[in-house]
Amino acid sequence: MTNMITDVVCPFCGTLCDDLEVEVTDDGKKILSVYNACAIGSEKFLHSQASDRLTRPRMQKDDGTWKDVSYSEAIDYTAKMLADAKKPLMYGWSSTSCDAQGVGSELGEAVRAMMDNTATVCHGSTLIAVQDVGIPSCTLGEIKNRADRVIFWGCNPAHAHPRHMSRYSIFPRGFFTGKGSKGRKVIVVDPRVTDTAKLADVHLQLEQGRDYELFDGLRTAFKGEVLPDMVAGIPKEKVREAADLMKSGRFGIIFFGMGVTQSLGKNHNIDAAISTTRDLNDYTKFSIMAMRGHYNVTGSGQVWGWQFGFPYCLDLTRGFARYNPGETSSNDLLRRDEVDAVFVLGSDPGAHFPISSVKKIANLPSVCIDPHMTPTASVCKLHVPVAFVGIEVGGCCYRMDNVPIETRKVVEPPEGMMTDEAFLEKVLDRVKQIKGA
Amino acid sequence: MANKIKLNLISGRTIQQGVSMEGGKEKPAYRDAAGIIELSSEGFEKLGAWRNTNVRVSSEFGSVVVKAVEALQALPAETAWMPMGPWANQVTDPNTYSTGMPTFKGVPIEVEPAGDESVLGSIELVQKAVRGEL
Ligand code: SF4
Repeated sequence: MTNMITDVVCPFCGTLCDDLEVEVTDDGKKILSVYNACAIGSEKFLHSQASDRLTRPRMQKDDGTWKDVSYSEAIDYTAKMLADAKKPLMYGWSSTSCDAQGVGSELGEAVRAMMDNTATVCHGSTLIAVQDVGIPSCTLGEIKNRADRVIFWGCNPAHAHPRHMSRYSIFPRGFFTGKGSKGRKVIVVDPRVTDTAKLADVHLQLEQGRDYELFDGLRTAFKGEVLPDMVAGIPKEKVREAADLMKSGRFGIIFFGMGVTQSLGKNHNIDAAISTTRDLNDYTKFSIMAMRGHYNVTGSGQVWGWQFGFPYCLDLTRGFARYNPGETSSNDLLRRDEVDAVFVLGSDPGAHFPISSVKKIANLPSVCIDPHMTPTASVCKLHVPVAFVGIEVGGCCYRMDNVPIETRKVVEPPEGMMTDEAFLEKVLDRVKQIKGA
Repeated sequence: MANKIKLNLISGRTIQQGVSMEGGKEKPAYRDAAGIIELSSEGFEKLGAWRNTNVRVSSEFGSVVVKAVEALQALPAETAWMPMGPWANQVTDPNTYSTGMPTFKGVPIEVEPAGDESVLGSIELVQKAVRGEL
């Protein structure tokens, strides 16, 4: 006999699909099949059951070989490393639950850490821009039910958020969008003819890195002012066509991604994107939303927002929270040799930071908490595997539109495996003992 | 004749990269999905190399060997594209210009045929890179 668990939440991308069905064995130990998820989501559930999965913490010896250690030794090593460090960096926090993030914050305060999440290499530019100019946004539900103009700017959901278009943005039929994709006009802005661009009514193939110019061009076109013949490599007629299409809708949304946040101009590009949205509200209703990557990077920003007032790049070294991206951001700290220990949980900077930063991590006392073997784990001194959030333990996560969704446990973790929250609690207890609190 | 060509590098996600990442970054499937560079057909012509051969990608920040494939999602001739991951991050621009965000998109690179050099797996690549053995 098997058991079908419904309304399961996928812990991979910021779309946080909550309609998965997972078939498990009667004893609740094995996942047999996953329904409704995209290829990435299913692989996440199925691979969590791999027979070669690591189940115990390991220390890396000088010759690069690994030695198994107990969880209590791992807790002790981590606590001592953090307590001894003058300025530890505690990075990641995006592939875990808000509950674990909360314990992490307490630990960060106790050891006076620098704390940063994956927004630092993803939508950090967006967070800076939002603080500068605000953000008119909405939920994905509103988009499904209302949006008839959908703009994807510098993002490729066909690959990065595979079910976004079918659940929310292009194909679904909603309350005021009964015709589904037939009633929506889609504009894609990308230097490549991406698989998302292939679905667009209008593809603005701008020259890479000239997003700011194109936003300004559109704002000029909305007002009917004079445009140069070419804007960001696109003929002005095409820019006017796109501008008219945007203005003529009843409810529009701009989704944007790394193409805008990681190109030169960075937060200024997003300022321009938000200002474009604001201008459109002179003619119709328009919103803008960041296509967040990790399934709970949004939650990390939320939790730190409540606790410290800032969504990333936290400096807790003085006993109160400071924030100054460029100074307190992970890559700047690492490049300037300003931290003396690195703790990573729920992210893989070894794969996703520039190699010059990874070299710095490798040369410091370092701990990586991750269910998988990753490039980060491979350069850290201690690797602690933990249970998968959203598969083997539940917990609150925030979707890309800032809607909290409680993820579900569908199977038991391997015997004796700790969750990241439990591990952090133990490390916190040990740190308090060491510090004599 | 094989040449060295100059291109503008951008990076991003693919489904194959996402699936293989979850399937295990230590596995060959991740290398096959993310240890690649996509070029346009004009790019291949200028490079003078066959599709699916290994190339060395270099920037002022580093260098890496990856497999050159023809772009499935069409690219302008002067642009190259790599899936985000440790291969792209060997050559990416770490400068944040006081924003906290490295300049991952728009990195000037040079691409040349890599002869019989092979594409390393993600773990070996990062371990060798941090030890300065690349
Ligand atoms: S779109 Fe994202 S959240 Fe939905 S199933 Fe795919 S990976 Fe999971």
